[in-house]
Amino acid sequence: MNANMNKTTILRLPVEEILQKRKRFCRELNSTGDLQPVRVAVLGGTTTNEVVDLLEVLLLADGFKPTFYQSEYNKYYEDAVHEPEKLREFRPDIAYIHTHWLNIQQFPTAGCTETDFQNLVRSETNRFQTVWNSLHESVGCQVIQNNFEHPASGVLGNLDAVAYGGQTRFVNELNLEFTRATSRNRKLLLQDLNTLAARTGHAHWFDWPRWYSYKILTTPEGSFAIARSLAAMIGSMLGRAKKCLVLDLDNTLWGGVIGDDGLDRIQIGNETAVAEAYTAFQKYCLSLRHRGVLLAVCSKNNLDIARSGFTHPDSVLKLEDFASFKANWEPKHENIQAVAQELNLGLDSFVFVDDNPAERNLVSAQLPSVTVPDVGNEVALYPSILQAGHYFETVGLSAEDLTRAETYTANAERAVMQSKFASYGEYLDSLQMVAEIEVFKPVYIERITQLINKTNQFNLTTRRYTLAEIEEISLRGNHLALYGKLTDSFGDNGLISVIIGRLENKVLHLDLWIMSCRVLKRDMELAMLDVLVERARAMGAERLAGTYLRTAKNAMVEAHYKTLGFAIESKAEDGSKSCWSLPVMSYTPRTNHIRIKASTYA
Amino acid sequence: MRSSEIIQDLQIIFSDVLDLPDLCLTAESNASNVEGWDSLAHINLVVAIEKRYNIKFALAELRALNNVGEMADLIIKKTSSQAAK
Repeated sequence: MNANMNKTTILRLPVEEILQKRKRFCRELNSTGDLQPVRVAVLGGTTTNEVVDLLEVLLLADGFKPTFYQSEYNKYYEDAVHEPEKLREFRPDIAYIHTHWLNIQQFPTAGCTETDFQNLVRSETNRFQTVWNSLHESVGCQVIQNNFEHPASGVLGNLDAVAYGGQTRFVNELNLEFTRATSRNRKLLLQDLNTLAARTGHAHWFDWPRWYSYKILTTPEGSFAIARSLAAMIGSMLGRAKKCLVLDLDNTLWGGVIGDDGLDRIQIGNETAVAEAYTAFQKYCLSLRHRGVLLAVCSKNNLDIARSGFTHPDSVLKLEDFASFKANWEPKHENIQAVAQELNLGLDSFVFVDDNPAERNLVSAQLPSVTVPDVGNEVALYPSILQAGHYFETVGLSAEDLTRAETYTANAERAVMQSKFASYGEYLDSLQMVAEIEVFKPVYIERITQLINKTNQFNLTTRRYTLAEIEEISLRGNHLALYGKLTDSFGDNGLISVIIGRLENKVLHLDLWIMSCRVLKRDMELAMLDVLVERARAMGAERLAGTYLRTAKNAMVEAHYKTLGFAIESKAEDGSKSCWSLPVMSYTPRTNHIRIKASTYA
Repeated sequence: MRSSEIIQDLQIIFSDVLDLPDLCLTAESNASNVEGWDSLAHINLVVAIEKRYNIKFALAELRALNNVGEMADLIIKKTSSQAAK
């Protein structure tokens, strides 16, 4: 069976059919191998089985092997607060509290005063706060809480959103409190159920017969919307969110064929309805770029003519917004592969949008790991189709996200410069690189976690850690956890490398060594090693022990330890694992081209 | 549509949902004599059947059913009353 084809086909089926054939789908997806385990506890105020059934299919299709724990119907509070032992035993990576508007314990009555209203808001919020606190304290996992959808009916009509006795007003207030709680607590993430319900439409969301029969509040369609959004959040937390949007040009980013119609005749701007729709899609793409998604062009066109499209006075996107630009007559799948190599990204982090179904079919057949949404040919719908796919879900925006696109543009400039130097060393010197390599600091914990969970290529062991685990490691005495930042004459590359070492019997075991591919071939790994050895020595380590665990994506670091001068200790016959060792006493620093900032470490 | 045709149709849905490729469904089949037909499987079965015939069961209608034969009769009744509309 072609697993990827199968995955695409499954996810396009109506939800009822997925539910009907779920067991077979799970069995088939499970047999595809190389799945990343994830343990999810679902604590519900309603019957959660349907959401979990769908979530299982979606996570398997995303390359995870999920294990679930479900509370009994409406026992989310009891499970989290009174019996956290059972949950702790399950060792969830993520606990999801799934509650609906019906789970609100006490609503204000029609004649409620402001004081009563505020008291009710406080007591309801406190009840949930108790749940989150208990999970953080006794289980220590990441928690996802959804906010509430608006009530199915409001007896006060429009006033329901205004009066203190209005249920709608009460839900709005609680949702605001949940938002505040989420922004105070990095281990608490919010799923915006209210928006999901609104986008689905209440008439397609609530299913009253099923509520009375089985205590399921939503239609299968509603359950699917919840499961898709949740799968996207989990995927994003564990590094599966998409990173690059590849776009066709003619009839995708503008109306018409620029090679035939000419620059003056393409549809973009605000003059016609069609032009407005293309402008809106360009704006949507630009907003994705601003939040860290890379944009690339893949078009069958003459390069100069294609580029000229972005000189149109009404073009929202400009040439410099694209991290890569391919316009030629080669097949699109070959161009997309070239983009992936250029940007050092895996094909599974690509989404391809093209109005032409033949191109979409070709790319999804030739490159099954690229996501090819069925966008149709109505550009007015493209933003909502991409939105509904949750491809670029993010659980938090780091400073790196907001400047990533610029970094990639600077990388292109570095490549141009490189060709002008006599030797590579001379080029590296010209970059005037300065590294900051330190033990984990609280301000970087979020970025560190994000980098660990999304780095697949320069990753020796591909171990994933939750934010809670990283916080814990940075406090433990027997761990040496280093991050590395690198700046150069073109700008700040940000925090781009992490090493986690664990000291046992005078041996520092390197549980994790990762680096972002944007600083490949810059000698950053030598700088990291220099500091690592120095700190290891200070901790009393006699040698470093490194492990390479092969995955489908990390072949580039197979010889990492060998290159750094480690001696091989053992190697699995099939090459899937190798162990390496380096004595620290005789080590002398090797960094030549990077200045390492003096440590502020006590 | 006759009851026996519907039961053949239902057999496909039941064997998918219950993951029993060799399931043999008869008019007398019910939750107590079909392996795995528990309350959770029942929810999935109802969703699939409603989708297949483009019908919605009323709460009381489902409660009153004793076996697959009665379910098939109910489906005939609901689909023909829809067709008459």
